[in-house]
Amino acid sequence: MTEQTATISTGTPAGLGFRKGRDRVVEAFLLLAALVAVFTTIAIVIVLVAESLPFFKVVPLREFLTDTMWIPLFAEPRYGVLPLVAGTLVTTLVALAVAIPAGTIIAIYLSEFAPYRLRETIKPALELLGAVPTVVYGYFALMIVTPLLQKLIPGLPGFNMLSAGLVIGIMIIPYVASVSEDAMRAVPNYMREGSYAMGATRFQTATRVVVPGALSGIAAAYILGISRAVGETMVVAIAAGLQPNLTWDPTEPAATITAFIVQVSLGDLPHDSIGYQSIFAVGLVLMLMTLVFNIAGFSLTRKFRETY
Amino acid sequence: MHAATADAALQQIRADVNRRKIFDKIFVMVGLLIMFSALLVLVVLFLDLVQDGAPRLNWDFLNSFPSRKAERAGILSAWVGTSLIMLTTAAVSMPVGVAAAIYLEEYAPKNWMTAIIEINVTNLAGVPSIIYGLLALGLFVYQFNLGQSIAAAGLTLSLLILPIVIVATREALRAVPRAIREAAYALGATRWEVTAHHVLPYSTGGILTGMIIGLSRAIGETAPLITIGALSFIAFLPESPFKGEFPFFSFAWLKEAFTAMPIQMFNWVSRPDPAFQVNAAAAGAILLGMTLLMNGVAIYIRYRFRKRINW
Amino acid sequence: MQPGTSTQENPARPVPTHAVEGRLTTPRPSVEVGKRSTGDEQSLVIKSRAEGLSFYYGNVRALKDLNIEIREKRVTALIGPSGCGKTTFLRCFNRMHDLTPGTRYEGRIMLYPDSLDLVGRGVDAIEVRMRIGMVFQKPNPFPKSIFENVAYGLKVRGVRSNARIEEQVEQALRRAAIWDEVKDRLDNSGLSLSGGQQQRLCIARALATNPEILLFDEPTSALDPIATARIEELIDELRDQVTVIIVTHNMQQAARVSDYTAFMYLGELIEFDNTSKLFTNPSQKATEDYITGRYG
Repeated sequence: MTEQTATISTGTPAGLGFRKGRDRVVEAFLLLAALVAVFTTIAIVIVLVAESLPFFKVVPLREFLTDTMWIPLFAEPRYGVLPLVAGTLVTTLVALAVAIPAGTIIAIYLSEFAPYRLRETIKPALELLGAVPTVVYGYFALMIVTPLLQKLIPGLPGFNMLSAGLVIGIMIIPYVASVSEDAMRAVPNYMREGSYAMGATRFQTATRVVVPGALSGIAAAYILGISRAVGETMVVAIAAGLQPNLTWDPTEPAATITAFIVQVSLGDLPHDSIGYQSIFAVGLVLMLMTLVFNIAGFSLTRKFRETY
Repeated sequence: MHAATADAALQQIRADVNRRKIFDKIFVMVGLLIMFSALLVLVVLFLDLVQDGAPRLNWDFLNSFPSRKAERAGILSAWVGTSLIMLTTAAVSMPVGVAAAIYLEEYAPKNWMTAIIEINVTNLAGVPSIIYGLLALGLFVYQFNLGQSIAAAGLTLSLLILPIVIVATREALRAVPRAIREAAYALGATRWEVTAHHVLPYSTGGILTGMIIGLSRAIGETAPLITIGALSFIAFLPESPFKGEFPFFSFAWLKEAFTAMPIQMFNWVSRPDPAFQVNAAAAGAILLGMTLLMNGVAIYIRYRFRKRINW
Repeated sequence: MQPGTSTQENPARPVPTHAVEGRLTTPRPSVEVGKRSTGDEQSLVIKSRAEGLSFYYGNVRALKDLNIEIREKRVTALIGPSGCGKTTFLRCFNRMHDLTPGTRYEGRIMLYPDSLDLVGRGVDAIEVRMRIGMVFQKPNPFPKSIFENVAYGLKVRGVRSNARIEEQVEQALRRAAIWDEVKDRLDNSGLSLSGGQQQRLCIARALATNPEILLFDEPTSALDPIATARIEELIDELRDQVTVIIVTHNMQQAARVSDYTAFMYLGELIEFDNTSKLFTNPSQKATEDYITGRYG
């Protein structure tokens, strides 16, 4: 072997040193990029807490959590967050009443009944349903759903939580369906085969074997759906009205936490006014709510992934 | 067994099975009904927007600024704003997202730090978009002093779609078989060389898909932009990024006030005057059309890409 | 371990034998021992030596105190039943285990003439892999052109001159006995070749960088008999040019192709000898049981 070829075997020592050095530098940059996710979370926490601290210095926590009126911009302001929370919860419940049954049924159908080609065409189509901009859904709620409902429910006000809730429900159907379907598909085939071998029909197998087997994943889907509904902004801002209203009646207008933040942002509040700080305070509440749901949802997801 | 009893038993079994099968059939019908109703909503929505917005769906609409008079109000500043914001968002979220995904897939050791990063990425995917708006308001607008500008808007949306880009990129990287990496390592390549020469080139399709889906999400986001102070009555265009003289590209537009398509639509929808609803519908049709188009392209790329390399 | 020796010290080692009393004659193993070297090998150069090598996956000790000598420019085969550690051992030579977290080496694998410890803590894995090449069980050409596949190793080593690269690529493809089949379609994708051709392409790829040792990890187990025969021919031709270590499931292949054979079982080296001796007159009962097919 010639000396030339011997060199090829290892390259030049300088070359190797350069390549290794480059590797290290690149790794540092990549790590930095990955840490952006951590920084973002930290930043969210810091901003929310820091900007709402002044608010909580003025408004005692007890009043915040128990007062029944939210009129922070009035001459005699009241800072009870309950109306906003109620608005959020009512719209979410309406949304779930739509999304949970529909999403689950669709998931069962796609996972256990649908022929392969149908499933492969429908799934992207459902993805599209979930990709519609929320402001467009808001328009849909206000201009199409509300008039429709007004025909069914005479006396329904132009702004109401029912319309908004229904549309939010439609909006999160794809999400609930897809996570549930993933959970059901993860149930191993031998369990289904055991059921079929005993003479069960598809429906029986689906409801008695697959769904119970995928329960934690399906629960995760529901919980993550709740989290999405709670955080939804534009549909409620457009169709449910912006008037805080402590009520459990979905036919009334009300404001959610998110709608309130929008309302304030549309206005022109100086940086250190209590109105400005109040959006961070309610934002903090919203963040905590979704955090609880997300943690619950993701730990359930991990649980069902580990089981299989 | 006696022939007659055997026969009767068989009949009984048959009847039972048929009865149970009815549930099957009912369920299939219900399932199909619900599925197609949901999809029907999409169709109805799009058609309604086009129909309601038809009077204003013309070049004039695309070329005019907002105005107090509905017939004259257009989305020029809005779609220019959206384009510039999307440019910024892509420029930031693409490198950061892909880099983060590469780190997590190819470099990260299995330790607590990696676990924390992954938990954060998953968590951020579930944070409501308006919280990103609040974050941006406190951080970008005030703390970093970017003001209510296109730069702030672009950065906000980048953070919002970062989890989407990261997850999609990771999946694309994962699809490259281990055998290819091993072959490259066995030839003496360093980790970065394996990634850059082999893993990345073979996963571009998936990465591109993730990027497009992320942008299609960003295009429709309204809440965070409102929060950081999007205006909806901008009657001027920001300075163009492209100049006629050296250096041919300027960054002045980043500092300007902004509006965007979803903002404009929201503004019009909120007005009682029905004439503005027509505008809103037209803007909505365009917005929805763009979103569907982008998603369709992404789905197509993903489909084609899956067929291209048969490992 | 020197050829001609084997582990004798451990009678308590569990060695399954189906053979009991009643066995009259030891049936001769039905392997054809090729024209392998037989006797005066003590004077040959040692290329590498494993000294007390152990390997751990986490807490599991997968390789137990291996001592073996690899002769330069000869073919050494590692045989043994599934799970005996032969592939694990092979992968120590080029530090592929570094890619798996939680693994640990103990002992040394010395590379001569510079007396480099391949698994030494201070020794860079990349450097090791630049000197030791590997061909995998399932052919894994890159989804690039045939030319690019073979040239990759050179590019990574900083060879810039196109003329040099072309020259080395041709040489490698010739050595891998595939040049005539692909010389007109060097720009075609590596994946467009048949399985056997892909494997020869992978061999060319590994040869292009002139490795000091070439490792083969069951290179023909995924190939049909004709392709297998061609690869065995190729390995035969590589004798006297490259030091080869080959792991194989197929005893007959080991007998056909190698000069020395090591028989491993449960992570230990049972016997190591000239191939002809090991297959016709093994010293250890366990070896004999294996090659006569008493257990697989």
